[in-house]
Amino acid sequence: MFVSLMVLGLVAALGVRCGGDEDREAGSGGELILASTTSTRDSGLFDLLLPAFSEANPEYRVKLVAVGTGEALRLGERKDADALLVHAPEAEREFVSNGYGTERRKVMYNDFVVVGPGDDPAGAELSSSAPAAFTDIAESGAPFYSRGDDSGTHKKELAVWEEAGMDPGGAWYSETGQGMGSTLRVTSEKQGYTLTDRATFLNLEANLDLTVLVEGDPLLFNQYGVIPVAGAHNQEGAQAFAAWITSGAAQELIADYGEEEFGRALFVPNAQ
Amino acid sequence: MELFLDSLLEGINLLVALDRYILEVILLSLRVSGTAVLIAVVIGLPLGLWLGLARFRGRGVLAALVNTGLGLPPVVVGLVVYMMLSRRGPLGFLELLYTPGAMTGAQVLIAGPYVTAITMAAVGSIPRDLRQQALGLGASRIQALWLVVREARVSIMAAVVAGFGAAISEVGAVMMVGGNIATAGSNETRTMTTAIVQETGMGHYERALALGMILLLIAFAVNVFLTRNQEGVGGRWLKS
Repeated sequence: MFVSLMVLGLVAALGVRCGGDEDREAGSGGELILASTTSTRDSGLFDLLLPAFSEANPEYRVKLVAVGTGEALRLGERKDADALLVHAPEAEREFVSNGYGTERRKVMYNDFVVVGPGDDPAGAELSSSAPAAFTDIAESGAPFYSRGDDSGTHKKELAVWEEAGMDPGGAWYSETGQGMGSTLRVTSEKQGYTLTDRATFLNLEANLDLTVLVEGDPLLFNQYGVIPVAGAHNQEGAQAFAAWITSGAAQELIADYGEEEFGRALFVPNAQ
Repeated sequence: MELFLDSLLEGINLLVALDRYILEVILLSLRVSGTAVLIAVVIGLPLGLWLGLARFRGRGVLAALVNTGLGLPPVVVGLVVYMMLSRRGPLGFLELLYTPGAMTGAQVLIAGPYVTAITMAAVGSIPRDLRQQALGLGASRIQALWLVVREARVSIMAAVVAGFGAAISEVGAVMMVGGNIATAGSNETRTMTTAIVQETGMGHYERALALGMILLLIAFAVNVFLTRNQEGVGGRWLKS
């Protein structure tokens, strides 16, 4: 018993030491908490952007919190995040007009695609537009998996249904309430259809039995914005991040991301 | 503080209204975790008795393995079960993924070590003389074993309670193999814990906390039921 307690104490002490070392490395500009969405993280873009930001601004240490869009905005409202990088333009504008954010700047966009099983039982691939494809899926009764989590992607999906003049529901329409990666996994296992951002899909494609069926519809445009939180703990850092990600250097990085791995860019930078 | 007050009100609201959605989520949680614990007891109780009472080479290693199982992260259990049941996995033909069956299976792996380890420790701490004496007085092996179980019944009940607590409160495994799916507004594989994760992700902190309070309330009720029974009906049954 005594020996076990000694060992436990040693393990705990080790943990404390490691934690302490990390804290000492913090730069003078301090910690910057960036709230973004799980789908942005799943796209792999941050693995490129965050080290580049740290190189350009070594005084800041960025902590990325990847959550749902709703939670990201909520974190901002509560000032638990310093900056937001999300993709729900309407909710973002409301966030800023309610005084929670100092400004909203466009950063980049990517596009959504409709994915489904390769044999495409609903014949969605033949559709001319996203709403037409959704109508085909609904009429065929093939399973459709919705994010159902009030995320930017979910909002876009609902916009497509609205454009199709349909109110989805019925035994074929399920909600996962989870992130894009998990929802794609469920869709693949059940051989159903879903709406996904292209970046997450390309990142996970190798492990999925799904193919892109509809793309290029202007309705499937996915705009990302950056918002420094008003009265944030690290306001200076938030401004620096917003300025950097909309700068020429960062925009160029974004424009190139994906070329090497997927043979095509995943995001189109469009900061003004 | 305001957040907690709002959550408390929301919780009372949810409980009073108890709409079909919440009820379905609660019932699925109870069904999945309840079945999982039942199976965990059927497997873990004899295993724990054997490991706690038998003396053989390698027993220490097995006991250490069971104890290590207590530290098994649910999400790892979920990942392993997911890979087994996936369309591309060895058991994909069963088509169990994203069903309550898969969730129950994963939770058996989580609750199992609790039931086994605590049972093992409980019967291991009963003096060995007790069984020897019973055997010496002419009791059969089964009767002697029953005597040990009766002596350790309070701890064994604690093992069941701990297993249930571990199962109903975990989220990593049920999220992974259940998928938190609701179809056409009615529940398929959404449990209280996965619903809490979803509500949190949506920024609905009050609703998430309210669901957490209901979860605690239910866990409390189940524990009271189990421990009362230990003194009451179940206890009498064991003492007879």
